[in-house]
Amino acid sequence: MTCNETKNLLNAYVDGELDSAGSIGVEAHVQACPSCLADVENLHALASSIQNGMLRYEAPRQLKRNVHAAIRTANPETRSTSWNWRWAAAFATALVILLVVWGLNRQQANSSEEALLVNDIVSSHVRSMMANHITDVASSDSHTVKPWFGGKLDYSPPAKDLTAQGFRLIGGRLDYLENRPVAALVYQRSQHFINLFVWPSGDTRIKPEDQLARQGYNIIHWTKSGMTYWLVSELNLAELNECARLLQE
Amino acid sequence: MDQNELTAFDAAVLPHLNAAYNLARWLTRDDQDAQDVVQEACLRAFKYWKSFSGRDCRSWLLAIVRNTYYSWLRQRSVQPALTEDGEIDEVDDAVPNPENVLLQNADRQLLKAALEDLPAEFREAIVLREMEGLSYKEIADIASVPIGTIMSRLARARKRLQIYLTNAGVRKSS
Repeated sequence: MTCNETKNLLNAYVDGELDSAGSIGVEAHVQACPSCLADVENLHALASSIQNGMLRYEAPRQLKRNVHAAIRTANPETRSTSWNWRWAAAFATALVILLVVWGLNRQQANSSEEALLVNDIVSSHVRSMMANHITDVASSDSHTVKPWFGGKLDYSPPAKDLTAQGFRLIGGRLDYLENRPVAALVYQRSQHFINLFVWPSGDTRIKPEDQLARQGYNIIHWTKSGMTYWLVSELNLAELNECARLLQE
Repeated sequence: MDQNELTAFDAAVLPHLNAAYNLARWLTRDDQDAQDVVQEACLRAFKYWKSFSGRDCRSWLLAIVRNTYYSWLRQRSVQPALTEDGEIDEVDDAVPNPENVLLQNADRQLLKAALEDLPAEFREAIVLREMEGLSYKEIADIASVPIGTIMSRLARARKRLQIYLTNAGVRKSS
């Protein structure tokens, strides 16, 4: 490689833009040529002076803001859509708040409705014993009790005889809960009476059992096959649970 | 164009605002002009954002900045000092080899003056090469010229810088 050929390639060599063959050629010449070597050193020095000279300008702070403003001014749709977005976001937020409040209210309403119902159930149970009017139809035979409800209700409550398991069916009664006539089935365990209130509920899901205690009475509640069941008695919870289990079988 | 597009544009383009401003600042040699050019360039960039294929965003933006600068110049009917590209200046002994020491310690102001004294095509090549670290290929793409032209411009630009600095050094020492 001649000196002139080399000098034409020195910039590309210093910039690392030569292929390996060219690079090796230049290197070989530079090692033997003080003039070219000086050129290479000067090019390196110049490059590092510029690179290290803190000559790179930083964009002023307000430039970014101005760029944004310019884009928005020139493209009004970005502004209007951004406003639409903001409105949509505000609307969505309001909607979420509304739903949450509504949901909470509903939950509260539900739970207060349920509390009222539990009170009614306990009252019904207590009344049935106080008024000595525990059964309308006294029979331990489910085949007697079940048809008895036939003309009085628009549904047929199960009347399971659990005498063999220690819960004697003693009869049935018409009661009134949740603004409707409901079936009350009465079981006896030694000296204790158990009221089972049954009526259809809109809910077809099987709900897990719910156990409550009110005024010394135990209450077990479940929903099965579209019917809601409330079992209430002064009987201890263990025995009442057994009763509930047998009824659910 | 909607808010999402503007957000995507921001995320891709704004990180290169410094590079854009630096190039514009060296081309215009004035802060306010540089800001105007960058602002205009960003407007153009946003306009073409949909058709931007997603390759190197910095090079794309720098090319727009460069084009904006040249049309800005035309609008102001100021003709840039154009230089004809060609062979590298004859290298002969008439050009003294400057001292390394001088260059390494080159006063920032002197270096700045030397760079600003270069024709725009040379200046942009040096800025993109030394300050943005771009390859010949990238610079060639931005300037829409062959790689060989960039190689030639860089060589001539450096020769001019060396002469400028050497002369200044000679003036200083005398």
